[in-house]
Amino acid sequence: MTAVSPDTSTATPRTSKGSKQLQNLTGGWPVAFWFLLPSMIGFGLFFLFPTIRGLYLSLTDWNLIANRGEFIGLENYRKLVDDQRFYDSMWRTLKYVVINIGSQTVLAILIASMMDRLTRSSVIRGALLLPWLMPNVVVGLLWLWMLDGSVGVVTEFLQWLGFSDDLAFFTSTTNVIPTIAAINTWKFMGYTALLMFAGLQTIPSTVYEAAAMDGATEFQMFRKITLPLMRPVLALVLVITIIGSFQVFDTVLVTTGGFGNQPGGPVNASKVIYLYIYQNAIDFNDLGYAAALSVVLVLVLMVVTFFQLRLLRAGESDLA
Amino acid sequence: MEEISNMLREIKKLRLLAVLAALALAAAACGSDGDDAAASLDEPVTIDYWLWDGNQQPFYEQCAADFTANVQPNVTVNIEQFGWGDYWTGLTAAFASDSAPDVFTDHLARYPEFVESGVLVSLNEFVERDGVDVNQYFPGLAELWTSPDGDRFGLPKDFDTIAMVLNTDMLADAGITVEDFNNATWNPQDGGTWGELIQRLTIDANGVRGNEDGFDSSNVAVYGFGLEGNFGAFGQTTFSAFAASNGYQATDEPWADSANFGSQELIDTIQWFADWIEAGYITPIEDVESLGGTTIFQNGGAATQSNGSWMISTLSGDATEVPVEYAALPVGPIGERRSMFNGLADSITTSAENPEAAWEWVKYMASPACQEVVGGGAVVFPAIPSAADIAEAAHASNGVDVSAFKVHVDEGTTFLFPITDSASRIEDVMGPVMQQILRNEGTAADLIPPAAEEINEILGS
Repeated sequence: MTAVSPDTSTATPRTSKGSKQLQNLTGGWPVAFWFLLPSMIGFGLFFLFPTIRGLYLSLTDWNLIANRGEFIGLENYRKLVDDQRFYDSMWRTLKYVVINIGSQTVLAILIASMMDRLTRSSVIRGALLLPWLMPNVVVGLLWLWMLDGSVGVVTEFLQWLGFSDDLAFFTSTTNVIPTIAAINTWKFMGYTALLMFAGLQTIPSTVYEAAAMDGATEFQMFRKITLPLMRPVLALVLVITIIGSFQVFDTVLVTTGGFGNQPGGPVNASKVIYLYIYQNAIDFNDLGYAAALSVVLVLVLMVVTFFQLRLLRAGESDLA
Repeated sequence: MEEISNMLREIKKLRLLAVLAALALAAAACGSDGDDAAASLDEPVTIDYWLWDGNQQPFYEQCAADFTANVQPNVTVNIEQFGWGDYWTGLTAAFASDSAPDVFTDHLARYPEFVESGVLVSLNEFVERDGVDVNQYFPGLAELWTSPDGDRFGLPKDFDTIAMVLNTDMLADAGITVEDFNNATWNPQDGGTWGELIQRLTIDANGVRGNEDGFDSSNVAVYGFGLEGNFGAFGQTTFSAFAASNGYQATDEPWADSANFGSQELIDTIQWFADWIEAGYITPIEDVESLGGTTIFQNGGAATQSNGSWMISTLSGDATEVPVEYAALPVGPIGERRSMFNGLADSITTSAENPEAAWEWVKYMASPACQEVVGGGAVVFPAIPSAADIAEAAHASNGVDVSAFKVHVDEGTTFLFPITDSASRIEDVMGPVMQQILRNEGTAADLIPPAAEEINEILGS
């Protein structure tokens, strides 16, 4: 951003006359149009059109297989209000988000400040990103095997350490959500840490120097300087990661879909909202209801994001 | 602005072209739909055919080659195979995107939902016109594919039944014979003589057997009986035979408006399984979910299991890990044994561009010519008795005695796969409840009745 702004500011004095400025504006429009076109096509094709179609589908009883449906007004939404399975899956998703975002954010902040204060090695920064570079399905399969109750290497190790023989991860109704949350924390914490690290770079080192002169400890500096000053970055990172976290799907599908053939198990313990939407569309062929669920999810995410930005005062910085 | 309006005009032109092209295509499709049916076989046409069982693919390739060579020289069949899990999602996606195959292998649990969505072609006219004898199949198989409106949506290709799969070595160690299993009885109170066999076959980590003093149920090395998989709502390979031999019937008739999930016979059966898992004689459901029941059996983790006839070639094949023999399912409290009788059929989709050619292929697969080829492959039992005999003989020549699977058909002790129009919703309600009971996180008496009520609401609506 900083590299772009000087150009635009120098462009203004060059066109001193008002009329010429206007002409430039209109004359620039076709050029701008062609530059914007590629992204506009992408936006229209992959965002605008699907959103409008999704809204429309949520007002129909669209059957996925037959590929047709009739307009039924707000019937899907009426059904949704009484749908206990919807609330259950939202509640499970919320539990997942709290565990995932909680652990991931704490770890990412620690990793970011350690990177900032201790090392500038690009090898370490690269290594932190490795789990994030792996496809979700690979991550899911990898952990599925490592945490298998009978042959998993992690389970073997834990049992060797003295944990119970009945240790179960994906097949336990109580452990499955924390396990999946932990896997995604492992996958995304490096990336999240890197985002925060970028934010930490904006904190002037003079602040730390002054604090050090006053005899502040490393922990005091972290609590009194780092945390407050990185709040805007933290807010942005949280918005991105929470929205991403609500959309957990592939890890659940891969790690719980196996031999039970009923992903979201055991006993529905990991049936998160995305899986419920998928199930309605693919298993029950009820694309209309699935669309209505998706619309509600978007609304929920918008509300969550709104309050997050307000609470974290994302727009202002304490640096000034 | 000039450029934009020019462009808009261009876009309009393009759109018109696209509409015209679509109309032309639709007209072409209509043309091949009905009018000149005979003419449509005069030109070369390719039929896309889907199946999920890779073991059967070579034999259907053979059928397809014979079909083109001897029956319809102008029709080529292109066979595509997908694993069971991908098959149905793939099919759903294909229907949604209008790229469904012309003909596909259909399952009784799924076809009512396709019928409701109106994507299957009724075969009535074809069957009548060509005089196909629907009584040439095992009794009951053809009727399974008829909807309440009388429309036929598939011609039977094969059938399957369930039997006990026994690890011969472990039986010998315990001094038990296959005949003992054939004569065993089971009941949901104490497990009967069948239960005693299972207890004797169970061995804990110290080598103590399940029927001996000092048996440690929390540290079992070999379970007497292994679950094939999760129960689901219908338990085809797991609980269905036991529940049925206890007098349970999932639905009173095909396409029924209510089901009998709340019946005491089912509740007692499921609770018995949960109790015996807890007692250490049956594989814990957690292990079955993560490894798969057949893997556990083949690794020697369970001495027996019940499984379907479609698994014979996997269980008795060259690469098999344990020596296997088959026995009939136990006789239950009703005084008879029971096996679910399921059959597959081939259905034609409404996306078929040349229904006449698709029908010729379906007709050929449902004829003795193709079913005898498939039977000779010794993978499944074809729906035509003479071809099924060929399959049995082919198994016998491999040294595998499969009479345990056929005994149910011969003795008439089968019950039909419950056909409902909401199988996936029923699975969604009942599957998790079964998982919960088998984990002993609730009793069958508490958990099944409310789920049964919910299912009746689904079926009634």
